[in-house]
Amino acid sequence: MVGIRSYGGYVPRYRLNRMVIFGSMGWINPANMLNAQGEKAVANFDEDSVTMAAAAAADCAKGFNRDLIGGVYFASTTASYKERLCANLVAGALAMREDVRTADFGGALKCGTTALISALDCVSAGTANNIVVSAADCRLGTMGSPQELMFGDGAAALMVGDTDIIAEFKGSFSTGHDFVDHFRGSESKYDRQWEERWIRDEGFGKFIPEVISGICDKYGMALSDFAKVIYPCYFGSARKSINKKLGIEPDQVVDSLQAVVGDAGAAQPMLMMVKALEEAKPGDKILLVSYGSGCDALIFEVTDKIHELKPRRGVLGNLNRRADLDNYAKYLTWRRMVTVDTGLRGEEQKWTRWSLMWRAHRTMLSLEGSKCKACGTVQFPPQRICVNPSCGVTDQSEPIVLSEGGGKVASFTSDMLAASINPPAIYGSVNFNLGGRFLFDFTDCTVDDLAVGSPVDLSFRVKYYDALRDITDYFWKAVPVAEGAE
Amino acid sequence: MAEGIRDKVVILGMGCTKFGERWSDAPEDLAVDAFTECLSDAGIEKKEIEAAWLGSHFDEINVGKGGNFLGMALKLPLIPVTRTENFCASGTEAFRGACYGVASGAYDIALALGVEKLKDTGYGGLPDSPAFGQQYAMIGPNATAPGMFAQLATAYSAAYKVPMEKIKEAMAHISWKSHQNGANNPRAHLRKPIPVEQILGAPMIAYPLGLFDCCGVSDGSACAIVTTPKIAKKIKPNQDLVKVKAIQVSVSSGEEALYTDWDGSGMLTTRRASSKAYEEAGIKNPREEISMMEVHDCFSITELATMEDLHISEPGKACDDILDGFYDLNGKIPCQPDGGLKCFGHPIAASGLRMLFEMYNQLLGLWPEERQVKNPKFGLTHNLGGIPNQNVCSIAIVGL
Repeated sequence: MVGIRSYGGYVPRYRLNRMVIFGSMGWINPANMLNAQGEKAVANFDEDSVTMAAAAAADCAKGFNRDLIGGVYFASTTASYKERLCANLVAGALAMREDVRTADFGGALKCGTTALISALDCVSAGTANNIVVSAADCRLGTMGSPQELMFGDGAAALMVGDTDIIAEFKGSFSTGHDFVDHFRGSESKYDRQWEERWIRDEGFGKFIPEVISGICDKYGMALSDFAKVIYPCYFGSARKSINKKLGIEPDQVVDSLQAVVGDAGAAQPMLMMVKALEEAKPGDKILLVSYGSGCDALIFEVTDKIHELKPRRGVLGNLNRRADLDNYAKYLTWRRMVTVDTGLRGEEQKWTRWSLMWRAHRTMLSLEGSKCKACGTVQFPPQRICVNPSCGVTDQSEPIVLSEGGGKVASFTSDMLAASINPPAIYGSVNFNLGGRFLFDFTDCTVDDLAVGSPVDLSFRVKYYDALRDITDYFWKAVPVAEGAE
Repeated sequence: MAEGIRDKVVILGMGCTKFGERWSDAPEDLAVDAFTECLSDAGIEKKEIEAAWLGSHFDEINVGKGGNFLGMALKLPLIPVTRTENFCASGTEAFRGACYGVASGAYDIALALGVEKLKDTGYGGLPDSPAFGQQYAMIGPNATAPGMFAQLATAYSAAYKVPMEKIKEAMAHISWKSHQNGANNPRAHLRKPIPVEQILGAPMIAYPLGLFDCCGVSDGSACAIVTTPKIAKKIKPNQDLVKVKAIQVSVSSGEEALYTDWDGSGMLTTRRASSKAYEEAGIKNPREEISMMEVHDCFSITELATMEDLHISEPGKACDDILDGFYDLNGKIPCQPDGGLKCFGHPIAASGLRMLFEMYNQLLGLWPEERQVKNPKFGLTHNLGGIPNQNVCSIAIVGL
């Protein structure tokens, strides 16, 4: 049996009420009021599609032996690199083996499901197993555009394998159309779109029914066979008319999360799929449809194993972990849409030394330290000579991954002098629960969330962005564990 | 333990510039000023200097690498010049080099000079630099010196169960004291007394350190000429001689940064270096025997923790001693009689020699009455470079 073994989700902590955006930019296009309902999820200043995909993938892979994961597919239209495989960054953050299959999927908003089909095909063919497909997007609309209001940031991941399947894969059907409703050229930062009425009626209104009919015909099924029907569509009115046209009943509908996350691009259908799995029961058939430059449709049937999967944050857990971003200018700053003054200190050069990074990639991407085989002392970064004053042996250590175990705050501060686009810089010493310590930046918090001894998770984040060389550098940061979480 | 260098080396002369924002002075100007005063005080000619050590820290904006700067600025006649760089201990390291040069018998007369030109940086605070190597630069936190030292306060509060309010009060007293002392010192960078209320109400720089918990960032130079007691006696037959009693350095072993036994509330290096220095100087009970100190108060919390690390205040009790006035100018052990880094200023590699300049003049009784320590016997200087998690500590003890 081939299908989904596990799922994971990620929605960034910060939520921007759309009226905050409209309050600043509504003057330029009052009709945007129609889109100014609810809130959108916003990646923190140190998050992007790679870090969100890594977070969703970690949630998905939680509790699984990393050595058994056979691949990572990363799907996004907002990858931080054109050349440099982001899937390797996600795989690195998962501290996986390196003799695995890694690939990036992009180009269309349907790339998340295309990656998923590729993984399913691959596992079916027996060429790889336990592939984590993680989709993330962090798309930008220009200031005052409808897209700025509609889009939201998020990520979702599914693990595809052939044992302990929670949702069996039953088949897929795909279309490809050069229907350019949205596009970004190779140099573009912002989404462009054609007239909304055309997108609504000729795009969503035709391609969703087309692909649904296609898959139902192919497998001899009717829409009433499905417990849930998932498809992305950020037009509320179009969704209603498509549901009516196809006969999708209210209990088959999966919420698009438009009011709490926004359209998460390549991650959108995957996020809805994770949400559906969170609420699914054995025997449920789920129809998963994506949209963008054509459509993919996939059929799954939930199995008894769904109850055996240990709880994870998924979508619901992340939705509860939230904080208001009540400042539109801060949003613009985080997304580098405006230039702010971080002082001359902020103009100092950051050098990314690739040879160093490769040499230390297990340290930097996987948060891998060393554990002394003689005395058991854990050390980060890895040390050749054991730091334990009563041990001190040389070259007798083994690697140990520290990212999953979390840690506790040993000391902390909140620094107004350090240059940052999100001051104050909050950082301090963290003792890993598995042993050893390091000085980390803290993120997704204020200094009031910290106390000596309080628990933290480790989160893969953007360490810095070098605008001169267009380098996004990644490392781990500490995130205080919210009260009541997990 | 080796017998050390106690009483084998004498400070023959010293010089020190006014520290501050010396916008119109190049590092060469600062070095020449400190050297000229020092040479005149030593009562020798330049050609009698046989070797020199130059302390400088920031390569980026200061005097560059190597020893050439000093040879060329002072026109030293092709003698050896060695540059010492060991964070904030760079000046004391230059002094150690010169003292060891004399104590070993390699040279009769040696020069140590520290200089730092920080005010060409372009922004407040110290220059941002990859001080701990390239890997740390890429993965270490987005940190500054105040933020790294501020963590001493959160860790100290947790380790000794001392409420942050009391630590803030003691830190304010430390800064108040330095401002009182600095106001009396014409060479100091900051010369204005500041009331405790203003210190406590100052804007936050790095929690819990406010503006007045942070030392001045300054330009300056300080300099010493050292020789043997025998030669010094010949040159200055009718004067007390300031002898070097001990110089010790301790460098982090990784125990603080990597091993979780360290609780972050104080410096292991200072504890070791001070114990070794007392041993070298023959001091049994520092709380009773040390007459005065210049310690590395880069931040008020550093001075607070250092009082315990020097084995003078009991662990967890520094706040009480500080608030009791034990370290005030009229207290049992005046600490920072010249205003300290806080108010005299902190041009990194000049600071160690600046502290020795203060001890030297105090021991010789050369200061005006209002800031002269009464009958001092031993003066201690202390530098702490780097960050609490990985640092360098130097201690020097000088006496009559």
